[in-house]
Amino acid sequence: MTTKFSEGVVAESKRSYIHKLAKEGMRIDGRDFDETRPIKITTGFIKRADGSALVELGDTKVLVGVKIEPGEPFPDTPNLGIMTTNVELVPLASPTFEPGPPSEEAIELARVVDRGIRESHTIDMEKLVIEEGEKVWVVFIDMHILDYHGNLFDACGIAALAALNDATVPAERFGFGEDFKLPVVHYPVPVTFAKIGEWIVADPNLDEESIASARLTVTTNEEGKINAMQKGLFGTFSYDEVKKVINRSLSIGKKVRSIILGGENGEEN
Amino acid sequence: MEEEKKVRDVVVPGEEIVVDGKPGRGVFIENGVMHSMYLGIVDVRSGYVNVIPLSGCYIPKRGDKVIGKIVDLAPMNWVVDINAPYYAPLHVNDVPWRVEFGDTGRFLGLGDVILAKVSNVNEMGQVWITLKEQGLRKLEGGHLIHISPSKVPRVIGKGGSMIQMLKDSTNCRIYVGQNGTIWISGTPDGIVKVIKAIRMIEREAHTYGLTDRVKEFLERGDE
Repeated sequence: MTTKFSEGVVAESKRSYIHKLAKEGMRIDGRDFDETRPIKITTGFIKRADGSALVELGDTKVLVGVKIEPGEPFPDTPNLGIMTTNVELVPLASPTFEPGPPSEEAIELARVVDRGIRESHTIDMEKLVIEEGEKVWVVFIDMHILDYHGNLFDACGIAALAALNDATVPAERFGFGEDFKLPVVHYPVPVTFAKIGEWIVADPNLDEESIASARLTVTTNEEGKINAMQKGLFGTFSYDEVKKVINRSLSIGKKVRSIILGGENGEEN
Repeated sequence: MEEEKKVRDVVVPGEEIVVDGKPGRGVFIENGVMHSMYLGIVDVRSGYVNVIPLSGCYIPKRGDKVIGKIVDLAPMNWVVDINAPYYAPLHVNDVPWRVEFGDTGRFLGLGDVILAKVSNVNEMGQVWITLKEQGLRKLEGGHLIHISPSKVPRVIGKGGSMIQMLKDSTNCRIYVGQNGTIWISGTPDGIVKVIKAIRMIEREAHTYGLTDRVKEFLERGDE
């Protein structure tokens, strides 16, 4: 199967080598099964955006910008702000990314990130109303993939959360009173697992992703609630495996969340 | 080699090269003056001026031994990815087996890895490769990694010294293709160690006394 996220034909020796390593409890880059790659977050990276974050997850690099502008609310939710997410897979990031309209993968990626943020009610949308039914703040989350080395789901989710947390609503610029910090009340963190043979590893890198049979992304928040899940590829997970994956995503998510919140809010539960 | 390095210049594409010698690879002539085609270093060898690119894909040369991956099958040939601008066809006449028409899949399947030799390259960069020579074969098992083709000489070392050292200290079997693909076979620990050493060579390819540092790294064991 060829998708934008794989290089087409995978060398047979690579597949058997990764399987052989997994049998001995090892991974291709020396990590534990539950270990993520090093995460580096730079918030406020784009000066002209209302909020931004550059996230490096190992060699995967994602830049997220948040733009907030006044707009009209949807007729069915006159008392809520609006949030949209968008992902660009720029050809610079990987030889398999082509220019043109968003691919299936880009849309799935944007939707998974969007769902994690939306369903966890990360942003207190009620505070984004300027005039009920007339004017609300619209939050645009634009994600640019700069370097693709596996697991864009987590990298984008982390970057989106970090950028939202960094964002300021530019009320003064539009003449609606004083600027205020975007009301971020929850902190959802996606953790993606790949199934390789009979093993399940967290935060798959490019090699692991290219031979994975199935993929499961679980987004959990700081209260331990599951906000969103997405399964990909053709393989299957058993009921027990899904339960285990959820538990692992909670503990990994907790670690990642403390990295995201690191400098500013200090610790959280 | 180390002595030569000191006088090597970095050039950018289009930069004039004022060195005595005949134009070699990576160089073009305009108004009677040599210019560089790449971002790379100037290398004068046996009267020819070459520019060795700092990075980029593999430019095939006749006689190179390369490691390739089968990406497609056809009735009379396999299509092999050797990390060059074009895929290389491997014709059934160029393999040591007798292959019936349309029976290519029985011998080499998708994703198989082979050690082959470049038998011909034309001026367009199209390549033909062969398996019909001593030592050329399908590589079973093992693991593949890629490095920049311009760093292959550093991984091999002077007279094969570096690669021999890697093999001896880890008991791994290693093949380095001129196209920058490296095949390693051995115990998982050994492979991990070799990969770390090769990444170190890649990172520090431009420095002096690299062999000694790699030796120290291999003896020290980790990190």
